[in-house]
Amino acid sequence: MSVEAREIDVEIGGRGLLRAVGLTARAGEVTAIVGPNGSGKTTLMRVLTGELRPDAGQVHLGGEPVGPEHAARMAQRRGVLPQASHLAFPFTVDEVVRIGLMSGLSAGDPALGARALAAVGLSGFGARRYQALSGGEQQRVQLARVLCQVWQPVRAGAANWLFLDEPVASLDIGHQLSIMQVARDYADGGGGVITVMHDLNLTAMFADRVLLLARGEVRAEGTPGEVLCDEVLSAAYGCRLRLNTPPVGAVPYLLPQAAGAGG
Amino acid sequence: MVAATENGMILNGLRQSRARRAHLWLGLLLLGSCLASLAIGASGTSLWQGVWRALSGAEISQMERVILWDIRAPRTGLGLLVGAGLAVSGTVMQGLFRNPLADPGIVGVSSGAAFGAVSAIVLGGLLPVGIATVFGQYLVPVAACLGSWAAVSLLYVVATRGGQTSVATMLLAGIALGALAAAGMGLLIYMADDQQLRDITFWQLGSLGGASWAKLGAVAPLLILSVAAALGLGRALNALSLGEATALHLGIPVQRIKRLAVLTVAVATGAAVAMTGVIGFIGIVVPHLLRLATGPDHGPLLINAALLGAALLLWADVIARVVIGPAELPIGIVTALIGAPVFLWILLRSRGVMGL
Repeated sequence: MSVEAREIDVEIGGRGLLRAVGLTARAGEVTAIVGPNGSGKTTLMRVLTGELRPDAGQVHLGGEPVGPEHAARMAQRRGVLPQASHLAFPFTVDEVVRIGLMSGLSAGDPALGARALAAVGLSGFGARRYQALSGGEQQRVQLARVLCQVWQPVRAGAANWLFLDEPVASLDIGHQLSIMQVARDYADGGGGVITVMHDLNLTAMFADRVLLLARGEVRAEGTPGEVLCDEVLSAAYGCRLRLNTPPVGAVPYLLPQAAGAGG
Repeated sequence: MVAATENGMILNGLRQSRARRAHLWLGLLLLGSCLASLAIGASGTSLWQGVWRALSGAEISQMERVILWDIRAPRTGLGLLVGAGLAVSGTVMQGLFRNPLADPGIVGVSSGAAFGAVSAIVLGGLLPVGIATVFGQYLVPVAACLGSWAAVSLLYVVATRGGQTSVATMLLAGIALGALAAAGMGLLIYMADDQQLRDITFWQLGSLGGASWAKLGAVAPLLILSVAAALGLGRALNALSLGEATALHLGIPVQRIKRLAVLTVAVATGAAVAMTGVIGFIGIVVPHLLRLATGPDHGPLLINAALLGAALLLWADVIARVVIGPAELPIGIVTALIGAPVFLWILLRSRGVMGL
């Protein structure tokens, strides 16, 4: 079970947003897409989820083609967390989460909504107005909705998928860690996770595979240890970066204070 | 924490069951409204007893029979269907535009329908005889539906970018559409002959007064079909309120649903306007009150909107009939007097929330 994208080209308004981008993400792993602003991360995500049809190239999820015309079938295989969500009407948190329940195959399990809210640290928020929540809380409600849609990481022998576009961008550090752990647990349970990441340290901590994009092209792909190294990152982000390794454990880390240091 | 969660579930459960219980109460209200619409009127005699005797199968006088069966029954049927159609149109438009200010009357859709209807009255005679015969009494309703369909489609294209609708653009585009339709109608009226002018004036009064079984038969299929189609859109409109991309990810065939929603609004508004002229504010007041009372879930909301819209229009018609009896107020004046202040109140409450 995997998500495979081959030779993806996307051009909008005469500008090439993605050029010959390929990606393979396996179930049971967290695959992170990183890169500087405007490098095409979100565009690639829109192609992978079937929202945007690429000008060239194909995407397959579990061997089946991906695209807007397959919306109903894909909704039972994967949930998508957008970068920002706007809600038009005064729904309560429970009602938003239930919208996720209706399309997944777990529909009809009323306890699931409460469990999903608990998973994102929002127990007891069910009756609140969604619009009265802070940005970070709203983002976690949306994640609970997505979790409800594909609650089981594996169903009938086939993996389900989470597609997350900057899931922790507006969260405080405690919730950044707990939400990334939710993604990690989903992958450890056999599901697939593809996530756009801004924070390279969290990427190093939680991802199994990293795809580095810059200017619409793949600059590096591999394990965090392979991709997150001084030369590759410095070239992609256009500034001199230095990684460090803590004395215990092998996960590298990056301090902004170290940027540009050492000439 | 656990107690709080349970509390939340109970509150939501309450809101849900309230929305379902409202089906029953609003159904009873509508039934009462139908009886009132049959019994109350300008004839001077109270017909409650006549209504009762007619319902229980007893003999009624010839006069009662004419008033009840030939005048008030089709009028009640028309009011019921038009009220349900307008309220459901408003609810669907608000769901489609993800915006509680969308209403066929406010954003120019009714004006588009009116332009279509006037076009049919003035230019219908120019059609080849064959086509005119095929359409027959359906010509004006069909032309009105085409007019409202063009208006909704244009509005959607102008006001929606990347799956999000701009409130300001939608309202401004509605003003432009209304002005365009008014100009077009002005031109047509200039071209019209005396008989056509009489038809247009009568139609513009916006009244249920001209209701007959023939007129009801011409629009009933359109209104019943469009309302029935709209009632099936609840799940999709809930998903759409999270944006078009998210609705797609939830498995909703977004493009098809959008086309169906536009068609539903166009047919319901067009058929309503063709028969009764432009009746405003039902489409915005009814869903707004229901959202306050029972929450925004479109499933029960659409059903409740149809029931309350029908009841509200019947009462507006009763008021229009008795307040300056034996003459009649145009019903559009009654709904505007009730609806416009409510609309302003909605604007006041939602300032700053919707980017206005």
